[in-house]
Amino acid sequence: MTKKGYYGEWGGAFIPEVLYETFKELNLAYEQARRDPLFWEEYVDLMSTYSCRPTPLTFAENLSRHFGGARIFIKREDLNHTGAHKANNVMGQGLLVKRMGKTRVIAETGAGQHGVATATMAAKFGFECTIYMGEEDVERQRPNVFWMEKLGAKVVSVKDGSRTLKDAINESFRDWVTRMDDTHYVLGTVCGPHPFPSMVAWFQSIIGMEVRKQIVKSAGRLPSRVYACVGGGSNAMGIFQGFLDDLEVELVGVEAGGYGLDSGRHASRLASSDGSPGVAQGYMTMFLQNSDGQMLDTHSVAAGLDYIGVSPLLTDLAERGRVRFEAATDKEVMEALDLTMKKEGIIPALESAHALVQVFKEVGGLPPDDAIVINMSGRGDKDIFTIAHAFDDPSWKEFIRNKGAEYEVGK
Amino acid sequence: MKLGNEIQKALEKKKILLMTHLVLGYPSFDVNRRMIDQMVENGVDLIELQIPFSDPVADGPTILKANQAAISSGLKVMECIDFAEEIISTYSIPFLFMTYFNIMYKFGWDDFMDRASAAGIRGFIVPDLPPEEGADYFKKARERDMGFVQIFAPTSTEERMRELSSYSEGFIYCVARKGVTGKKTDFDDKFNSYLSRCRQATSLPLAVGFGIRGREDVDSLSGKAEIAVIGTETIRIVNEEGVDAVGPFIAGLR
Ligand SMILES: Cc1ncc(COP(=O)(O)O)c(C=O)c1O
Repeated sequence: MTKKGYYGEWGGAFIPEVLYETFKELNLAYEQARRDPLFWEEYVDLMSTYSCRPTPLTFAENLSRHFGGARIFIKREDLNHTGAHKANNVMGQGLLVKRMGKTRVIAETGAGQHGVATATMAAKFGFECTIYMGEEDVERQRPNVFWMEKLGAKVVSVKDGSRTLKDAINESFRDWVTRMDDTHYVLGTVCGPHPFPSMVAWFQSIIGMEVRKQIVKSAGRLPSRVYACVGGGSNAMGIFQGFLDDLEVELVGVEAGGYGLDSGRHASRLASSDGSPGVAQGYMTMFLQNSDGQMLDTHSVAAGLDYIGVSPLLTDLAERGRVRFEAATDKEVMEALDLTMKKEGIIPALESAHALVQVFKEVGGLPPDDAIVINMSGRGDKDIFTIAHAFDDPSWKEFIRNKGAEYEVGK
Repeated sequence: MKLGNEIQKALEKKKILLMTHLVLGYPSFDVNRRMIDQMVENGVDLIELQIPFSDPVADGPTILKANQAAISSGLKVMECIDFAEEIISTYSIPFLFMTYFNIMYKFGWDDFMDRASAAGIRGFIVPDLPPEEGADYFKKARERDMGFVQIFAPTSTEERMRELSSYSEGFIYCVARKGVTGKKTDFDDKFNSYLSRCRQATSLPLAVGFGIRGREDVDSLSGKAEIAVIGTETIRIVNEEGVDAVGPFIAGLR
């Protein structure tokens, strides 16, 4: 028997003593919720009335024709309230927080999607809310910072370490060890100490449950491949869980290739050979670290994928050969984004566009009878500054210059 | 001599012992040497040597920055072990390693234990290795006559404290309050009742750390705990007043 919270040799709960009782309470609340069918019913009801569940499965007819291979289907997590799959996990944990009687929530965020979702949930449920975000991410995901603040959350810019997602997670833990009595830490992905990987995967499994039915209805068969981008791994685990037992369905996780896997500037823990086993942020997995066990600075154009670790569930699935891992570079991501907007009228988040890259590389080689599914984890509105910059868009620059002039001090 | 016995012996002569802390390689090994020299000179009884880690979640801003500065300067774990060996051969008080689990894990557990043991390290304080994850490792350390000092927190129940005590070696590290290192602690009634809960749960000596800054704090622990732990304050003093201020600071603590 494997130890509780372990997937193969990955996972665990490497937590400081001060949080021991807090985790005991959380485990209990989580296990009770899982045994209680009413909890899941309440969750599904909330997601269908407050968010847009079930999210549609869109046949990407033009892209399919363009590549001339298998039919491409897009699972539209971008149509969730707040614009990404992050809402699934957040609303689920929100219901749990109500059950536990806590009144304050904290969260880390990279892309800001998880932060916006948490701030939204806190507004709806009446919780106090603080969001920790790396300074670099505050700069590149400015629209989400604005919305979090408008939603009533306090956004703390984290200036330590690599100033990205991992540092935001560290700061969230530092808050939690200071104030655990009334506070729940809404971890945003399938990482961290047990029960977070298991719990977040459970809430995200709603994606896979829906899509399995939808694809059979739309394509008349199971997909030959399912693609998802992988930061911490929550949208990937969400959709993969619909097909884990269907061994004929190949599952493909796409990590951030940054400037390329040879550049050393990427965030591919499993697709590259740079990851190695380690323990940080409360769990054991493959980390991007140096030979001394110091975590490295990662890089991706997508803040939500720019992270040193990856879900212990996915490390286990990769080790067992159930999930194949690939990487997409920043440059490829921009091209895929452009094509998807032009062909389908869909604006993917930079994170989700990583999965598109891999689809575009492979789909032409698959027979037209085949269907493949890609998880569109979020929409690209939040990335407007980054995308406009990457496209070097002249009219956008003009707009920014004018706005800048309008706000100049003294005017 | 076993760490516990050594502590007992020191307590025959002193009412309360002092354990100080420093981050290895911060600001440099050279300054570390001078700090340790002044600490020992002024009667410090035990020293925690922290091997820096990039993501020290139990530490507040001062120690966090010290960790990161040391790593940025190119510090290696092997250098920390070599430094410990040099220091331990110079001074007779017990030295412990404080670090995070990944440092030991990545180094190679057995290799790390062998080298630490050869260097003369007496024990380990590893805040992210609870017995649920570390019990097997604790056993291996014991086989080499070293031990893992367990940590009590104000949130620990008495039952939990008893369990932790069974794994601990030498003494118990009682975290004085919730939170991370570096912030002030009020040694008030609530703290006193926490400390008496600690006392009831273990027969091991109690070390109290987090937020101890000066003589007043040490005085208020006297008679209630066996060891006062000074962490962040020494780093702050070195940063702000220079390394020569360490000696007078320590001398003024009791
Ligand atoms: C739109 C979107 N997709 C994907 C991710 C990556 O997270 P995960 O791998 O947990 O799905 C993020 C994270 O911020 C995101 O905002």
